[in-house]
Amino acid sequence: MNLSKYSSLFLILIVLFSCSDNNDNDGNSSDNYNRQALLSNIANNIILPAHTSFDLGLDNFSSNVSVFNQDRSIGNLLNVQESFVEAYKMWQHIEMFNIGLAEEIYFIQKMNIYPANVTRIENNLNSDNIDLDNNPNQYSSQGFPAIDYLLFGIAETNELILDVYLENQENNIYMNYLILLVDKMVSNSDAVLEYWQNNKEDFINSNGNTSSSSLNMLTNDFIYYYEKGLRANKIGIPAGVWSDVLPQNVEAYYKSNISKQLSIEALNASKNFFLGKHFGSQTDGEGLYDYLGYLDDTNYSDSLMFIGLNDDIVSSFDNSMQKLMLLDDNFALQIQTDNIKMLEAYDAIQQGVVRLKTNMLSILGISVDYFDADGD
Amino acid sequence: MKQNILKYLNTNIPPFSLTVYRIGFGILVMFSIIRFWSRGWIEKLYLEPDFHFTYLGFSWVEPLGLYTYLIFFICFLSGLFVTIGYKYRFAIITLFLSFTYIELMDKTTYLNHYYLISCISLLMIFLPASSYFSIDSARNKFQIPRWSVDSLKILLIIVYLYAGLAKINSDWLIQAQPLKLWLKEKYSIPLIGDTLLQKEFIHYLFSWGGMLYDISIPFLLLVKRTRIFAFVMVIVFHVLTRILFPPIGMFPYIMIFSCIIFFDNSVHKKILDFISKSFKINYNKIYEEKILEKKSFINQLSLIFVCIFLFVQVIFPLRNKFYPGELLWTEQGYRFSWRVMLVEKTGYTTLKVIDQTNGKHILIDNKDYLTEFQEKQMSFQSDFILEYAHYIGDIYQKKGFKDIAVYAESYVTINGRPSQLYIDPTVNLYKQNRSLKNKEWIMPFKYDIKRFL
Repeated sequence: MNLSKYSSLFLILIVLFSCSDNNDNDGNSSDNYNRQALLSNIANNIILPAHTSFDLGLDNFSSNVSVFNQDRSIGNLLNVQESFVEAYKMWQHIEMFNIGLAEEIYFIQKMNIYPANVTRIENNLNSDNIDLDNNPNQYSSQGFPAIDYLLFGIAETNELILDVYLENQENNIYMNYLILLVDKMVSNSDAVLEYWQNNKEDFINSNGNTSSSSLNMLTNDFIYYYEKGLRANKIGIPAGVWSDVLPQNVEAYYKSNISKQLSIEALNASKNFFLGKHFGSQTDGEGLYDYLGYLDDTNYSDSLMFIGLNDDIVSSFDNSMQKLMLLDDNFALQIQTDNIKMLEAYDAIQQGVVRLKTNMLSILGISVDYFDADGD
Repeated sequence: MKQNILKYLNTNIPPFSLTVYRIGFGILVMFSIIRFWSRGWIEKLYLEPDFHFTYLGFSWVEPLGLYTYLIFFICFLSGLFVTIGYKYRFAIITLFLSFTYIELMDKTTYLNHYYLISCISLLMIFLPASSYFSIDSARNKFQIPRWSVDSLKILLIIVYLYAGLAKINSDWLIQAQPLKLWLKEKYSIPLIGDTLLQKEFIHYLFSWGGMLYDISIPFLLLVKRTRIFAFVMVIVFHVLTRILFPPIGMFPYIMIFSCIIFFDNSVHKKILDFISKSFKINYNKIYEEKILEKKSFINQLSLIFVCIFLFVQVIFPLRNKFYPGELLWTEQGYRFSWRVMLVEKTGYTTLKVIDQTNGKHILIDNKDYLTEFQEKQMSFQSDFILEYAHYIGDIYQKKGFKDIAVYAESYVTINGRPSQLYIDPTVNLYKQNRSLKNKEWIMPFKYDIKRFL
């Protein structure tokens, strides 16, 4: 019974330790990671400025549309198109934050489900009873992809597009629909920005490890975005990874030469989020990179098993960027001429997905799904 | 020696402890069913998915649509019958069959303590557990053979001992993994979460303490002098696991309750008296000492079965020795071996189907075919991946693919190590059969984990 004596001793120790340390109040949290600082950095220096800048970009786009409505010149059309592209680029920095109000009102779905459903858009043009808010079937007939069609897809050249907007100026169905969509985007974006302004503190203070705590939601949304929004939607689906090639499914199909640019923005946004880099600046703050580093450093005393996972993930972002850089500005063209390069970009991004979904999640202790089944 | 054995086998004892065990076990099963049902898990786990992962040889066991609820109800009812001791033998057989059927429906939900419930109910078929304090016993009042109570104790000793021996490995003891990962992520537990649980010495203390607890606790429970202390430890330990790892579900309650069997009959008598009093059961048929009838052929047969059962229980967890490679990695011989909370394993697996006549290929989106829970389990367990590959291959055969090949791209991480390729990406899984043979298409594990078992 020697063994059992020792084990009893151990157990007593466990109990004693758990009791005694409860009482001493030194907290000693200095050697722990400050998750609140991480959340604060992401909220204050990434989410809020990105949403603010996107909202301003939309306002600019919206006022250009108004000007164009008043004075339908080729110059004003070009201004509208240009500010559309700018807003679309900024959008890439906030699509991953499907949290709070954004999630509630299906902000992401209403902004960027592509390919646009042209049949439905054409039907909507002649209907004055369109429910853009509550009908999921209408997601693909609004937002950026629909406007991409309205600004670049309704005729071959800008001159011909202008002609469409010049017909029946008082009641031009294309103009009416364009304005309807832009107003919708602006009001949704305003609401989401306001939500973040009002709920920032709650977000930062929700620093536990439950399915509804901020870090868990952020991480899950980030991974979901990287896997679905970026890897699948931008590259995988059009390149035919899951089925036949679908070049018409690239992002901004009608503008046609910015799909690469948008993907690059999205990848940069992902990397910056991971690093905790402030939006629109080179300043580096606390991000998943730092938290992961903290956890990883203390995981194995044995250096053989030390991963350096955070750097590994960064290098997978960099590899993906290199592969993206090799592609044509127009992904649809790239798919038709040399799809292998698209698939290589997909593979590179996939390597990042693997690291995020296996290593990062198991080290962060965040589960991908929140099904509450028992486990042992 | 032989005489001693015979003498032991013929020793009879009062039936109090076995009676308490019967009552409690039935209640726990009823409670588990209610809990499972009320959380909507029957729907979610068995009715919603189109596909279920099956056990080798039991692929015929599947959910029966809405009748699945009936199986759960039957299981609940048999738990009730076991508790009150009505038609006991029939009830416990029904309980064993219905509960085991439920567990066999989908491998995704495998849990060691579900398996434990199946084992206990199987064993209890052969124990005279309704000879006292039961509706049946209005007719029969017996003393029961001592071995019947001891067989339950032996089963519990096996469970604890194997759970403890499995923890004697270099990851658990030297790296304090996976507890290091698991405890560090519990930072939101009040007071200890962000302080104590972040400390390395606590990770080691829990790892070593857990291992020593598992190995020693059944023996501390056996010895009268240490029993009370041991039982307090049982409660502390299992309540602690419940606090730290909420998804552990019913497991702590089942173990705490089961350990009561180690107490003397006098304690169980008091429990029964207490039940009589609180529920105003007028159990005035005072227990009489009456020796179990010798003629009992059933009794002999039961003894033989119980011996075989316990022997299998000792042997079965050792079967991983027949497989090469790292156990935690391949998981060959991992289940049904009391390896509880032993590893943090996460995977990412996607399948590619190819029509080899024209080279047409398609990547499978798991969400189209599996629930999130199934996808999670499939992603790091080789037998799941193989069954899934066959399922997908069959689907594409119906879709008109010819000469099908299915390949897996699979990455798995163990205990926070870098993830590595899990399944040989060049092997056509559609051509591999499900069997107990070594799965040669599992990639070798890059690291070395030393282990005792």
